[in-house]
Amino acid sequence: MKNLNTLFSALLVYSLFLVGCSKDTGSTVKDKVLVYCSEASPQSFNPQLVTSGSTFDASRQIYNRLIEFKPGSSHIASSLASKWEISDDGKEYIFNLREKVKFHSTDYFKPTRDFNADDVLFSFQRQWKKQHPYHYVSNLGFRYFESMGLNHRIKDIIKLNDHQIKFILNRPDATFLATLAMDFTSILSAEYAEQLLTKGHPENLDNHPIGTGAFQLVRYQADAFIRYKAHPQYWKGKEKLEELVFAITPDPSLRFARLIAGECDLMAKPLPIHLKAVTNYPYIQTMNEPGSNIAYLAMNTNKKPFDDPKVREALNYAINKDALIKIVYQNTAEIAKNPIPPNMWSYNRDTPTIPFSLETAQKLLTQAGYPNGFEMDLWAMPVQRSYNPNATKMAELIKQDLEKIGIRTKIVTYEFGAFLEKVKKGEHQTALLGWIGDNGDPDNFFSPLLSCNATLSGNNAAFWCNPTFDQLIKQAGMISDIYTRTQLYQKAQEQFSKAKPWVPIAHSRQFILANKRVKNFHLAPTDGVYFSGVTLKTSSNGKIQN
Amino acid sequence: MSIIMLRQLLNFVISLFVLTLFTFGLTHLFPEDTAFIISQNLQPNSLVKIEDVVSDSSHFFSEYVQYVNQIYQGNLGFSSVRGTSVFKEFFIYFPATLELSLAALLFAIFAGIPLGIIAAKNKNKWPDKLIVSSTLFGYSMPIFWWAMLLILFFSLWLGITPVASRIGFEYDIQPITGFMLIDTLLSNKSYSIEAFYSALHHMLLPAIVLGTIPLAVLTRSTRSAMISILTEDYIRSAKARGLSLTSVIWKHALRNAMIPIVTSIGLLISILITGSLITESIFSWPGTGKWLLEAVYRRDFTVIHGAILAIASFIILVHFLLDLLSIYLDPRRRRA
Amino acid sequence: MDLRSQFYSQTKVPSNLFRWWSQFRSNKLSLIALVVYLIIGTFALFAHFIAPFDPTTQFTDAIHIPPSWYDEGQTKFILGTDYIGRDIFSRLVFGAQLSLSLASIVVFLSASVGITLGVVSSFANYGIDSLIMRIMDFILAIPSLILAVVIVAIIGPGLPNAIYAVALVLVPHFVMVTRTAIEQEKNKEYVTAMLLDGASKTRLFFNTILPNIFPPIIVQLTFAFSTAILEIATLGFLGLGAQSPDPEWGTILSESHHNIMFAPWTVSIPGLAIFFTLLSVNLVGDGLRDAIDAEKK
Repeated sequence: MKNLNTLFSALLVYSLFLVGCSKDTGSTVKDKVLVYCSEASPQSFNPQLVTSGSTFDASRQIYNRLIEFKPGSSHIASSLASKWEISDDGKEYIFNLREKVKFHSTDYFKPTRDFNADDVLFSFQRQWKKQHPYHYVSNLGFRYFESMGLNHRIKDIIKLNDHQIKFILNRPDATFLATLAMDFTSILSAEYAEQLLTKGHPENLDNHPIGTGAFQLVRYQADAFIRYKAHPQYWKGKEKLEELVFAITPDPSLRFARLIAGECDLMAKPLPIHLKAVTNYPYIQTMNEPGSNIAYLAMNTNKKPFDDPKVREALNYAINKDALIKIVYQNTAEIAKNPIPPNMWSYNRDTPTIPFSLETAQKLLTQAGYPNGFEMDLWAMPVQRSYNPNATKMAELIKQDLEKIGIRTKIVTYEFGAFLEKVKKGEHQTALLGWIGDNGDPDNFFSPLLSCNATLSGNNAAFWCNPTFDQLIKQAGMISDIYTRTQLYQKAQEQFSKAKPWVPIAHSRQFILANKRVKNFHLAPTDGVYFSGVTLKTSSNGKIQN
Repeated sequence: MSIIMLRQLLNFVISLFVLTLFTFGLTHLFPEDTAFIISQNLQPNSLVKIEDVVSDSSHFFSEYVQYVNQIYQGNLGFSSVRGTSVFKEFFIYFPATLELSLAALLFAIFAGIPLGIIAAKNKNKWPDKLIVSSTLFGYSMPIFWWAMLLILFFSLWLGITPVASRIGFEYDIQPITGFMLIDTLLSNKSYSIEAFYSALHHMLLPAIVLGTIPLAVLTRSTRSAMISILTEDYIRSAKARGLSLTSVIWKHALRNAMIPIVTSIGLLISILITGSLITESIFSWPGTGKWLLEAVYRRDFTVIHGAILAIASFIILVHFLLDLLSIYLDPRRRRA
Repeated sequence: MDLRSQFYSQTKVPSNLFRWWSQFRSNKLSLIALVVYLIIGTFALFAHFIAPFDPTTQFTDAIHIPPSWYDEGQTKFILGTDYIGRDIFSRLVFGAQLSLSLASIVVFLSASVGITLGVVSSFANYGIDSLIMRIMDFILAIPSLILAVVIVAIIGPGLPNAIYAVALVLVPHFVMVTRTAIEQEKNKEYVTAMLLDGASKTRLFFNTILPNIFPPIIVQLTFAFSTAILEIATLGFLGLGAQSPDPEWGTILSESHHNIMFAPWTVSIPGLAIFFTLLSVNLVGDGLRDAIDAEKK
């Protein structure tokens, strides 16, 4: 009995001792490791297969592309392609490939050669050619390759020599270079792919990745963490950051708690309440960029009464956008009037801003033949997106607004995957949707969302097909000259503003919270994170808090 | 005695078969096809339906035999969301739950048994009343609330415990056994000892949360076991012979009190597994509880099936082992 | 002549109920618990009249108001407001109504099925009895929450499904208690005596056995009630039971969990509601069981 008691008290003392002591250790280890609290597990490490931002974040650290965006902007710069020439007819692109670029060397693969044109050929043909042995591995499909229409836009890819490759397009395409900077065009290792094929494990290409990028994968535990280490032979020079960890934390409040406690150095997708609370913690910095996104209410022009432009105009007047910005976004967004965000080139500043006016709305409704309003459904998604932190809340507020002019709204929601499917099929009358730009090109907004083609795939949720508008954006997509393209896009925005297939709601700013010891980090306007070039300020005694 | 053991073994095997019958029936209730569960030729990551693969026999019994055969070979199917082998995933997550449960159990034992003894010794006096009412508090406390309060107070306000996870993210520990405390010591990194302390530190709050109800249960059962034994004749005669109460407890009472206590531990397994579901979810502890819960959210029925089968088998196994242990401890049970 | 010897005095034998009650009453703690429980019950019953606001009304300019005893609090919102401006006190009161009524339904369902099965099992032949016991043993081996979670996974989340799941999970307990109690009664001497006397089985059952198995069943009912409250709250917390904006206590906690750093009262106060309710029900159950056990001796 005595022994038991002493044992028990000894354990108690020991555990208190542990708690007290271990706070001061760990300072030097932390100095070399950056921990990023991410919001979701990646679906794969291969960006060719997916469209989710979380997967791109995870894979972007590992791969390079022919072209890349300059950090923190949408201006293109050379990467694996050191320089390029475009033919006069705009259909042929010859890329000179950078030499002495080394792939990662890990315990599951050791490269025997440097990067060359074979790797580019492999990366594209895998997505393009149905007969390619890798086309059906990891049966997720090549979403972006197809939705960007590359299978139609590219006529042929020819290897000229080990360090030169030629792309021949079917039509001149002004957006091609910007497209080559997107994640899905990442360059994989053809040698690794061959090895895996002979060993009989081709699927490892996607979950045990090998790239040329700044970081290489060390270890991954699903729903827990991803560990990277700096690529010792990175062609830009080895990163100062030795290790990078993604701490996968889907719960935003846990992410915030981890950031405050010093367990993470950066936090993805903070909620507005976190942005406010951060002022209490002087060692945390807020970083924000204007986002390349739009949140909008699409009105299905295939369904009454939204085939009537007056009704659509009435809704534009009836929604109190200021209230939405204040309540749903907590002032982290700006009101939208065009489909593209203000920081995108060719944004039309002359588009008239529609004020909040219930009388005008009522008048328009009466003119349209609905003096007592009507009934409609409003579809809202159940998940948080960077362009809309709370769609259901927004729907409720809109519903309250519309009630005042006699419109009775029913809010409809489904699980996110099912939601997107049904909206694509056009089951909705109105829907709250959004879009994040991928490549800094206006076409990336106009074509997928408002073109006539997009009414066939269902991505044009307003099912609005206007021949003038369509012609303008098609033309702008083919001409390379920025000035001409700008004119065309401005005219297109005028068409949009006249027809009002949407109520454009907001462009949200992108925020990230970081510990002040993180230096040289920039948010990409496409809301992605990239840690190449980031450094850590080493602390003297390791205490992160205060 | 060996006949008894044999009977227990038979019971164990029968229980396992009943379990497989149950889980097999369960697969027919799932809205998805049972392809992921019985077929053996599925590639990971491929979403092939059962009609394409196998099962020309629609007879319940032969399907069941096929099913048991697959399980025996270790094929529990592939997660329909991630494409990873359910069997492999279980062994990645299970050590984490085991480690946490053991920590919670040790906490409950080392705090509960002494408290129970103190309460029994001081029956109806204030220490006893205090301890008994505390156990009642333990029973009535919803685990998720208790966890939130502890995190709020110790991790967020005082900042002396970590917020979540098994170990600080800055440590890269290769999973060899799956037990973080062992793996950190086995690690060849320079910070191996530091990582060990970090792992202990991270285990503190979750173990306390998970161990609270077992603590209450163990205290109570120790107390009642001790009370009933202390009033037994042989104890009174020992005391009459002049032995002090302490040595009486230590030499005689505790030994015999172990029997009902060991039985309580069997009950505790259920409580620990239940509690781990919630505790792992709140503390982001990568164990089977969190694994099962996430599978439920994602409607990943292959994983749900595999998790139930694995967890229930484990419980049946523990009950079997505890039964053997109590037979060993209790001479009365050794005879048929 | 002594008239008193002519009269037959009848001693009043106190009924079981009276004996239990006086035993129970002597346990101060259980008595207090009963009172607390009745208060909570009153709140639940008269929620509509007691609650100042509707549980789903959002006061968009009164978000995260602390309870009224803080400086920043308002008397309008006694216990403060939550993350979208709903009055916590009103939500808790309606939550009490929800929790108690749901738990009652659950207990009613599982008790009816469980007791019936228990009775059937004890009077059935060996084969059926064995089968039922095996199945119950098996269900009892799986932890109740896991079973409930799996059931909800199959039939989908939501309040009605959570009720079915928890009710199903509690059935074996009733079966076991009923059957054990009946077995014990069956073996008593007076039962054998009555059988020898020629009483029919049915008469025996309804007149003798049934009234005598009430005590353990009633104790089981109380504990099932407290388990039901806890399980429903747990499922609500996990997002598998009641869904927002229902003011179920567990659901309330799952919402406030996200804002624990900024509005700790949204976590502590609803949790206290669950805690006190469970505590009082458990204490009443404990007291009841002690009273009945003391009675037996």
